[in-house]
Amino acid sequence: MVEKTVPVEKEKWDIHIVANRRNLELNIAEIWRYRDLLMLFVKKDIITVYKQTILGPVWFVLQPIFSTLVYSVIFGQLAGFSSSGIPPYAFYLISVTLWSYFSDTLNITSKTFTDNSSIFGKVYFPRLIMPLSKIMSGLAKFFIQFCLFLAFWAYYVFIKHSITPSIYIVFTPLILLVIITMALAFGVLITSMTTKYRDLTFLIAFGLQLMMYATPVAYSISDPKVAKWKHLLWYNPLTSLFEGFKYGFFGTGEFNVPWMLYSTCFTLIMLMIGIYTFNKVEKRFIDTV
Amino acid sequence: MSREVAIRVENLSKLYRLGQITTGTLTHDLKRWAAKMQGKEDPFMKVGEENDRTKKGGSDYTWVLKDINFEINKGDTLGIIGKNGAGKSTLLKILSRVTAPTKGEIKIKGRIASLLEVGTGFHPDLSGRENIYMNGAILGMTRHEITRKFDEIVDFAGIEKYVGTPVKRYSSGMYVRLAFAVAAFLEPEILIVDEVLAVGDAEFQRKCMGRLKDVSVNDGRTVIFVSHNMTAMQSLCNRTIMLERGQIKMTGDTDTVINHYLNTYVSTSSTKVWDEHESSGNDYARLRSVKVVDDEGVAISNSFIEEGVNIETTYQCLEEGSKLYVSLVIKNQKDDLIFISSSISEDVWSMNPHPLGTYKTTCKVPGNLLNDITYKVTVFLIRNSTDVVYTAEDIIIIEKTDPGNNRRGLYGKWGGLVRPILDWRTIKL
Repeated sequence: MVEKTVPVEKEKWDIHIVANRRNLELNIAEIWRYRDLLMLFVKKDIITVYKQTILGPVWFVLQPIFSTLVYSVIFGQLAGFSSSGIPPYAFYLISVTLWSYFSDTLNITSKTFTDNSSIFGKVYFPRLIMPLSKIMSGLAKFFIQFCLFLAFWAYYVFIKHSITPSIYIVFTPLILLVIITMALAFGVLITSMTTKYRDLTFLIAFGLQLMMYATPVAYSISDPKVAKWKHLLWYNPLTSLFEGFKYGFFGTGEFNVPWMLYSTCFTLIMLMIGIYTFNKVEKRFIDTV
Repeated sequence: MSREVAIRVENLSKLYRLGQITTGTLTHDLKRWAAKMQGKEDPFMKVGEENDRTKKGGSDYTWVLKDINFEINKGDTLGIIGKNGAGKSTLLKILSRVTAPTKGEIKIKGRIASLLEVGTGFHPDLSGRENIYMNGAILGMTRHEITRKFDEIVDFAGIEKYVGTPVKRYSSGMYVRLAFAVAAFLEPEILIVDEVLAVGDAEFQRKCMGRLKDVSVNDGRTVIFVSHNMTAMQSLCNRTIMLERGQIKMTGDTDTVINHYLNTYVSTSSTKVWDEHESSGNDYARLRSVKVVDDEGVAISNSFIEEGVNIETTYQCLEEGSKLYVSLVIKNQKDDLIFISSSISEDVWSMNPHPLGTYKTTCKVPGNLLNDITYKVTVFLIRNSTDVVYTAEDIIIIEKTDPGNNRRGLYGKWGGLVRPILDWRTIKL
C-alpha cells in the first residue's frame, strides 16, 4: 500500500508507542517541553477560583482567618491545648495555613484521573502536569496566606517582642518542600489506585481528618496533654515536619533532626511508589475510569 | 518514488473488557497477576473474540483492534471509514496517545496534534485569548508558537471583537470556530481529526475543509481524518482505510474504498419488519415495521421522481399512557443529511398518551421533491418528548428513478440532493 520507503533501521522516530513502557522512568524532558502548559494551568486555577465572587482574592486570606478563629475557640478554649506561650492567633494561623495547603493538595491531586478524565480522554500531554500544576497553584495561595501570617508574626516579634524566632527558620523552605512532595506522592498514589476501584476514595476524607489529629496542627508535640502519645506521634511523617516548621518561627516545640530524616526518606520512597503506579496507570486508565 | 514515512503502525491490537467493574473483575485481575508472576501468558488475552456488537459473545473481552498494520507517508491525507464500533475511534485514541495498545507498536515522526473533540480544555470563564493559549498548549505547542499564529487564528475564527470576552458568552458557532482554528493553525507535523466537522454551519464546514486541504497539500503535513461524511472524505483524502470489526478490511485510493464500503453496508431494502423476538424497542414501546408504500399502502421499492411516496411506520405501545412519536432522518448514501421530519406535526396521537396497542403513522413525501438517487431512512421512536426508545439506523432506502418526463429534452445527470419543481415565471420587459 506504500511505495518503496527508505530503510527503516536508519530512521529516527520521534514518538514510539508500545504496549508496555517502563514504569519507573520520569520523563523530565517531556514535562519540561510542556512547561508552558503547566504555567497556563496554574494561571487558570488561580484566576478561575474566585471568578464571579465579589471579594475575589480576598477569600484567600479570609479563609485562614475564619479557621484560625474557630481553631482557637475549639482547641485553645474548649479543649484547652496550650500554644506554649505563643500568641494563639499566630500559632493557629500558621498551623491552619500549612495544614490546609497539605490537605487541599492531597485532596485535589488524589482526584487527578477522575476529575480530568474528559480532557485526558481526548488529548495527550504528560499526565503529571496536572498534579504538578495543582501543587503550584496551591502554593500561590499558600504564599498569600503565608504573607498574612508573616505580618502577624512580625508584629509579635518586632513590636510586642513576645516571640523569639530560632535560627532553624532557615530550614523552613526545605521542610515545606518535603511536605509538598509528600502531598504529591500520596496524591498520585491514591489517584492511580482509585481509577479502577473507587473504594479508596471513601476513605480519603476520613483519613485526612484522622491525619490532622495525629499531626501537631492544633497543638504542639511538647504539650503535656499529648505526652502520653508522643512516641507514637513521631511515627507520623508529618509530625516532625510541622513541629520543625513552627520551631523555626516560634522557637518552641521540638526540632527533631532524626525524625525529620525519617520523614524525608519516607517521602522519597512514597514518591517513587507513587510515580511508579501513576506511570503504570496513566497509559490505560481511560479504558477503565 | 521514495517518500518519507510519517507513521508506521505494526501489529496493533487492543483488548477491551466489557461490562461493569465489580468484584468479579478483581478476580480476573488477580488471576492475571498470578499468571504474570509465573511468567505465563495473560489468560484473558486468548479468549478475546473479534468485535461483533450484534452477537453476544461468551467472553467479557473483545479485540476492538486486531493486528492493524499500515504506513502513512509524510504529506498524505489518510481517511478511515467503518461502521460505528469498527474501531476507528480506538485507533485514533491510540495514535494520539490517549490510551495504550495491548499489543504492537506505532512509530511516529514529528509532533501529533489530535482534534478528537473541538475545544478540549476550553474553560468557560477564560477569555478567547486565554483559551487560545490554553488550548494550543494542550495540543503541545509552546507559548512562542501560539503567539506567532495568534492573529491568524483570531482572523480565521472571526472573533476579533471578542478575544477579551469569556468564551461562555460566545455563541456556539463562535466557540466551535475558535476551537477549530486553534488546532488548524498550530503547526504539528501530523494532525488527527475525528468527525469534528459534524459541527458548525455549512459555511464553516467549507472553511474547515479548505483549511485541512491547505494543511496537507500546501504545508505538506500529514492528516488522518475520520468521518462518516463520504463527500468530505472524497474531497480530502488521497488514501483510505476501511475498518471492520477491528480489522483492516480494505485499503486503497479513497474512491475505490468508499464504493466498496457503500456496497457492503448500505441497506438495500425498502421494507423492514421486525420479528416478535427481535429487539426493536424497550419495555415501553417497540417498532414493528418501516415500509415505503404507495398511496394504496402497497410496499414499493422504486418510484418515479414525480410520484409521492409514503413512509409508513408501525409501532406498538407496551405501557399504558406512553406519549410516543416517530422521527425520520433522511440522508443520502454519503451520509449528508437531507431533511428530518417527525410525527409531532400530526395532532391526533403524536405526543399524546397512547393506550396499549399497535399504531401506524404515515409520512407522505410529495412527488417532485426527491432526486433520482438513493436515500437512506433512519427511524427514531421517541417517548415523552426526549427518551429515544429505539433507533433503527439506515434501516430502509427510498429509491427514485427519473423517467425523463419533465426534462423537456435535457440530458445528462441532474445533480442535487433534492430536485423540486419550483414556480417559475418569465415575462417580457
